[in-house]
Amino acid sequence: MAPVAEPVAGGAAGPHAGRGDDAVIRFVHATKRFPGGTVAVDDVSFDVVGGSVTGVIGYSGAGKSTLVRLINALEGADEGHVYVHGRDVTALSEADLRRVRADVGMIFQQFNLFSSRTVAGNVGYPLRLARVPKAERNARIEELLRFVGLADLSRRYPSQLSGGQKQRVGIARALATRPSILLADEATSALDPETTQDVLALLRQINERLGTTIVVITHEPEVVKSICDRVLVMENGHIIEQGDVYQVFANPRHEAAKGFVHSALRDLPDAETLERLRGRHPGRLVTVKVVENNGDGSSLGTIFDLLQNSPVRARVVHGGIQEVARRPFGSLTYEFVGSDADVADLLARLRERTEIIDHGRENA
Amino acid sequence: MDWELLGPTFITALIQTLVMVLITVVIGGLLGLIVGVGLYVTRRGNLYSQPAVYWILNVLVNIVRPIPFVIFITAVGPLTLLVVGTTIGTPAAVFPMAFMATFAIARVVEQNLVTVDPGVIEAARAMGAGRLRIIWSVLVPEALGPLILGYTFMFIGIVDMSAMAGVIGGGGLGDFAITYGYQQYNWAVTWITVAVIIVIVQLAQVLGNWGARKVLRR
Repeated sequence: MAPVAEPVAGGAAGPHAGRGDDAVIRFVHATKRFPGGTVAVDDVSFDVVGGSVTGVIGYSGAGKSTLVRLINALEGADEGHVYVHGRDVTALSEADLRRVRADVGMIFQQFNLFSSRTVAGNVGYPLRLARVPKAERNARIEELLRFVGLADLSRRYPSQLSGGQKQRVGIARALATRPSILLADEATSALDPETTQDVLALLRQINERLGTTIVVITHEPEVVKSICDRVLVMENGHIIEQGDVYQVFANPRHEAAKGFVHSALRDLPDAETLERLRGRHPGRLVTVKVVENNGDGSSLGTIFDLLQNSPVRARVVHGGIQEVARRPFGSLTYEFVGSDADVADLLARLRERTEIIDHGRENA
Repeated sequence: MDWELLGPTFITALIQTLVMVLITVVIGGLLGLIVGVGLYVTRRGNLYSQPAVYWILNVLVNIVRPIPFVIFITAVGPLTLLVVGTTIGTPAAVFPMAFMATFAIARVVEQNLVTVDPGVIEAARAMGAGRLRIIWSVLVPEALGPLILGYTFMFIGIVDMSAMAGVIGGGGLGDFAITYGYQQYNWAVTWITVAVIIVIVQLAQVLGNWGARKVLRR
């Protein structure tokens, strides 16, 4: 992550402005059909709270790209309503929509930079649309490029940039008119893992420093895990699950949601892994879930205390703890070696504090 | 070969060709750009999605383009009379040339615009750009390199068309080569005319390639 030269004032007045119970985006029974009978978005209702980072996750074809395009009305809803800052964008004229769009920045998977314009020309385009005078425009371009760490590349053409640099230009361009909302459509899907982290960190920074409400479309649970506060899981045009990211990760209900969570964490041993673990470890195998307890911090400490004070010898053989929505989360699979009574006692105590999966012993 | 006699006639023919070609390039180029953009934007799902308008433009282009120019130049006579006031001479040849060039260029323009990444248009829309603005500030600049090559290609086609102006007394190098070369068994005249046409075409091609390279090198 490149160092940030100086803050760029955001659309909302400073960090966390608008955070509260105000829904800056509100879907009310929105439906979008495509010719041929596909229902891309099917009777969807949800709110996006101002100042939040909301992830929309789903497999390709789930309708998430269409969903995000209903927000800036690049696609018009066939039924229902979509409100942005209280204005129903499904009822606005093309001219009124232009004003709404100036307040909703968008970045894309393939960056969609103008190949005929330099980096500065790309970032300056929305400012030209907004009729910002030249001197002010140039100052703003410089400020934005410094913010995304590309101050030296203003005269380059997009074809001379790396993927990560292109997306930074896309972000600078999207922020040019100080929008209060930023839509990111698979913004990191074309980037390598390291660059992905940089871009995600930049998005997080935009949210925290400028108070910009961000809606992130992705098929990568990693993205949701690292920067989102809330998540909507989409399947076949429906939102099948939504809520606080930590809650959804801790307790996914639908199959698709479980799949995403599992692929992001990869901490639960699957059947084959368990087989191999048994081969190596004759003791009793138990997976202990680590989730943050409400109020009193992580359950990690109490679990470790329990293990330390028990006569049972415990060894971690699989799993890990990582951060979801910047809070500890994961699962550890232990091999417990000790008398049956001691192990049973330990399991009972663990059960009081967290969820555990008892895989038993080889012959048990 | 008697240049004393043929020289001034040759120069006149050369000027006639240049005048016909340049006027056609300017008028046909401009109208072709407009019709070509029209074809592109009225396609289903594009900026001004108007399937009926697209269908009409498309059929019009498909009807006009395949007509052999030597027939077309005479067939539009009544229209030429209406617009130019005469059906004979260089000005009378320019009208059918510009007419045909408009539709031929329109197709070339449309084909080049199709290569523009729709994502870039979408990005401009997402920023709140109006549709006309997108056309001149995004669509055409993004396709400029291939458009320059397309226009160069069409320039050569227009030089080719001008060779048939003689049919309606339009003069020009083609007419000169037929009249003083072919019909008088004077091969030297034909070859010299051909050489001059090759030079004109080569100049255009070099210029076009240079321009396209300049635009595309980014």
